[in-house]
Amino acid sequence: MKQSIFEITENVALTKDVYRMKLAGDTSAITAPGQFVNILLEGRFLRRPISVCDWEDGILTIVYKVVGHGTEQMSEMSAGEKLDILTGLGNGYDMTLCGDKPVLLGGGVGVPPMYGLAQCLRQKGIEVSVILGFNTQSEIFYEEEFKALGCSVTVATADGSYGVKGFATTPLEGMDYSYFYTCGPEPMLKAVYKATNTSGQMSFEERMGCGFGACMGCSCKTLTGYKRICKDGPVMKKEEILWEA
Amino acid sequence: MGSLNVNLCGIELDNPIIPASGTFGYGYEYAELYDINELGTFSFKGTTKDPRFGNPTPRIAECYSGMINAVGLQNPGVEKVISEELPKLKACFHKPVMANVSGFSVEDYAYTCEKLDKEEQVGWLEVNVSCPNVHGGGMSFGTCPEAAAEVTKAVKAVTTKPVIIKLSPNVTDIVSIAKACEDAGADGISLINTMLGMRINLRTRKPVIANKMGGFSGPAIFPVAVRMVYQVANAVKIPVVGMGGVSSAEDVIEMMLAGATAVEVGAANLVNPYVCRDIVRDLPEVMAKYRINSLSEIIGGAK
Repeated sequence: MKQSIFEITENVALTKDVYRMKLAGDTSAITAPGQFVNILLEGRFLRRPISVCDWEDGILTIVYKVVGHGTEQMSEMSAGEKLDILTGLGNGYDMTLCGDKPVLLGGGVGVPPMYGLAQCLRQKGIEVSVILGFNTQSEIFYEEEFKALGCSVTVATADGSYGVKGFATTPLEGMDYSYFYTCGPEPMLKAVYKATNTSGQMSFEERMGCGFGACMGCSCKTLTGYKRICKDGPVMKKEEILWEA
Repeated sequence: MGSLNVNLCGIELDNPIIPASGTFGYGYEYAELYDINELGTFSFKGTTKDPRFGNPTPRIAECYSGMINAVGLQNPGVEKVISEELPKLKACFHKPVMANVSGFSVEDYAYTCEKLDKEEQVGWLEVNVSCPNVHGGGMSFGTCPEAAAEVTKAVKAVTTKPVIIKLSPNVTDIVSIAKACEDAGADGISLINTMLGMRINLRTRKPVIANKMGGFSGPAIFPVAVRMVYQVANAVKIPVVGMGGVSSAEDVIEMMLAGATAVEVGAANLVNPYVCRDIVRDLPEVMAKYRINSLSEIIGGAK
């Protein structure tokens, strides 16, 4: 974990309410795709945890959806403005277990961390299939970016306005894959858990206090004991997940 | 440079800065960031007799200048705290530490305190009779003078280290409770724990926190804390540890002028993990600005 000041270099709308922000600063604490950063905003007490979309030396990219006051405030910021950010939070995805042809499933604002993961897997020369699930065509983002990485990309929309009609799990049927990675809203994670016939990893969300394991604000029960989403997660292995009613 | 030392219940502190229980774990998360031996001490995560998961999530809500938590005393229970957490704490912190204890009965408090009292590194026992997030215990002991005194007596009977009773602000007369603890043998009083609060989500029309209510903390409660520390410090002879919304060296000095011998910092740690170290480093300059030679001389200086 590292606390440092980043400067916004880009903040653009990808859809009606999803934005991509690029920031220049010290990314040395980020060690794995699926980790997150915690952003301090003027006038807001708690930081905003946002997953890392991708990163390289000195450049951090986040893709976030406006869902409340904090993200709305972020969407109004422009290049040149500075942000106090904690980086290198959470465990991230374990890429050693992926096998020879993993499938990545991203739902809505769960798509961004899949991009960083796809990038890392492709750099290792691994064949990557990607399924992106959205409600409707106007909400789709990053299809071309995944294709540019050389991934085989399938888009599913709930209303059938683009690609396969259905959910992120719909194209899974009949697909041959060695392992899965996913991030998305909890109903989708549950559906992926049921629909997949291999092991895999999923990333969870929870309201957080600190984001670095100190406050126990985001604890959950797993089959291997109590875990803090922020520190022991946000990524959990399929075998340890305990769904609570 | 002015002197930062204070003496808390017979134990000398290099400075009065103490991260508050529940915001600092067992220290090691922060030890990855800086040398936590720069702190006066810290109060570790509230410990109970049995292991506890705590409350369902969401446990956190944000407010203007603060937050609400309803963690509900998640901890591995006193046996595991001693066997697993304290060795890890010892590896990164070499000073006497404050052991924070909660319970659901007088016997619980005595049991847990007796165990922790035997641990060499424990300098003080901070007995939390003020947790707003558990049912049938916690705060109910801290809202009635007789019950607070009963816990104090039971703990004092089985321990040798200084016992500091941590009080709740959710009462009509804080002074009578503090005095009851003093009369029952408490060596110190710490206050304030969080204030009972609540937020409601306009979209779902449901409370933001699964447990509905939780403990409100952060800079917003600082004036309430200063007021209560002042009232209690002027009514008891034992040392008072002040806390509630403290986030800067100026806040520490204000709290000490109100009557605090040492000062705990809570919610601010969650936002800026370096805040306690920064406060320790900022204190000499702020002391010079207000012509303070020694922090211990300003305790209760506001008349």
